[in-house]
Amino acid sequence: MLEMIRQMLNATVGQIVPAAWQAQTVEVMLIVMQITIILTPLMLCVAYMVYAERKVIGSIQGRIGPNRVGAFGYRLAGLGQPIADALKLILKEIIIPTGSNKFLFVIAPILSMAPAVAAWAVIPFAADTVLADINAGLLYVLALTSLAVYGVIIAGWASNSKYAFLGAMRSAAQIVAYEIAMGFALVGVVVAAGSLNLGQIINAQSGSLLHWYWLPLLPFFVVYFISGVAETNRAPFDVAEGESEIVAGFHVEYSGMAFSLFFLAEYANIILISVLSAVLFLGGWLSPFEGVLPKSAFTLPVIGSVLGGGIHWLLLKTSLFIFVFLWLRATFPRYRYDQIMRLGWKVFIPITLVWLVVIATLAKLQITPWFN
Amino acid sequence: MFANVHRIGKSLLLLELLKGLRLTGRNLFKRKVTVQYPEEKTPQSPRFRGLHALRRYPNGEERCIACKLCEAVCPAVAITIESEQRDDGTRRTTQYDIDLTKCIFCGFCEESCPVDSIVETRIYEYHGEERGDLLMTKERLLKIGDLAEPQIAADRAADAAYR
Repeated sequence: MLEMIRQMLNATVGQIVPAAWQAQTVEVMLIVMQITIILTPLMLCVAYMVYAERKVIGSIQGRIGPNRVGAFGYRLAGLGQPIADALKLILKEIIIPTGSNKFLFVIAPILSMAPAVAAWAVIPFAADTVLADINAGLLYVLALTSLAVYGVIIAGWASNSKYAFLGAMRSAAQIVAYEIAMGFALVGVVVAAGSLNLGQIINAQSGSLLHWYWLPLLPFFVVYFISGVAETNRAPFDVAEGESEIVAGFHVEYSGMAFSLFFLAEYANIILISVLSAVLFLGGWLSPFEGVLPKSAFTLPVIGSVLGGGIHWLLLKTSLFIFVFLWLRATFPRYRYDQIMRLGWKVFIPITLVWLVVIATLAKLQITPWFN
Repeated sequence: MFANVHRIGKSLLLLELLKGLRLTGRNLFKRKVTVQYPEEKTPQSPRFRGLHALRRYPNGEERCIACKLCEAVCPAVAITIESEQRDDGTRRTTQYDIDLTKCIFCGFCEESCPVDSIVETRIYEYHGEERGDLLMTKERLLKIGDLAEPQIAADRAADAAYR
């Protein structure tokens, strides 16, 4: 597929640009195309995740949720709502407070959005379907998700508002605390898989449902997911926004598209954490029927490809995690600040350290079926 | 010692959190209670306290005798009344204003009225677009009373046993 497009591009580009630039031009065009193919569905997912969130939380609270805005005179169960919201935000004015640091105020939303999007480069969607197949993929993801905190801190500081500043301070402390537990959980995965490449981590989990890392690395799985919730400033760890205490936290002063960039970044991060949980602990695009059904079942014409591994399993697992994110938000009240710190430093880090020793021992002794 | 282990074990296994999640998870599938407002409406009591109205007797004579009890009892000071002697020797209002932006819809005016003149109707879908739109004058109140009289009378009759 990719080769076919490359040849087609080669043929057309060759007539327009000089021969010396042809290879690079084609390469850039290909990468831009792949980025578009990844980002367009991602942005749509973000928009419709807001819709899903309102529907799910509404449902849990005994309400219906948005169901009015449709298209062409039909209500379509409110499916037009995200589009209407996006249009409204785009048309609104971006107010820059007089006392703010204008440069930082403007780049802060970009700083929080860019890493959330850039991290998608190394996510393997199916076998050999990945934009950048780099050998330190996990490290790259960890580095980029840590960068997101700069957007929050700079936004809070540049706003020159006490609530924004308080939100930024809380967020910084929280993200630093949970980054460590998260990092240790990922070290466990690396020890188990023996690789930093996300594709190889998935391949190391192949075998059956029980070979996936959620079982041997269960404490890491739980710690990673909860840290992920904390990292994205989602309820019940949403003290950085804390609308009942500090209005809206770090983004009080933002409006219009600048505000919606923070919003997009938050949801893109949620999807990223969900996809990573699926990749690292639930075997990514591997099929749960692997090792259960006989090999011949996967060679059947249509059913075989549905039952076998593929992007649909990754999407399904990701949706599951996204749903858990929403479910958590609808269930738990906000943690008190000191409780968040206690959970991060005094519970998660010791647990991950202890389980890391256990995992290292198991890996060293090559205990089957996980570490062989 | 044992109690501590029990407590720590329980919190590490997230038992109570899972219990909470189970509860909300069940609620996800429960029947929704939302009332789809413009199409569906919640039932009203005959004692519903909505927009005010001034009533008339069946012969067309206005009921209000300008006793000013409602003006006195109004906790929000929303009612203003001026009165004069009419040619036939009876006392009647020349001005009867209710400022709906002040009114708290407590229903005291209705309760204090000795002749059932000022009443609160079931009307609650109204709005004002300009300053003064929500200042109800005597004429407007009488007009509302004339329009809603069947409903007002029916509600008084339904509630008669309890008054």
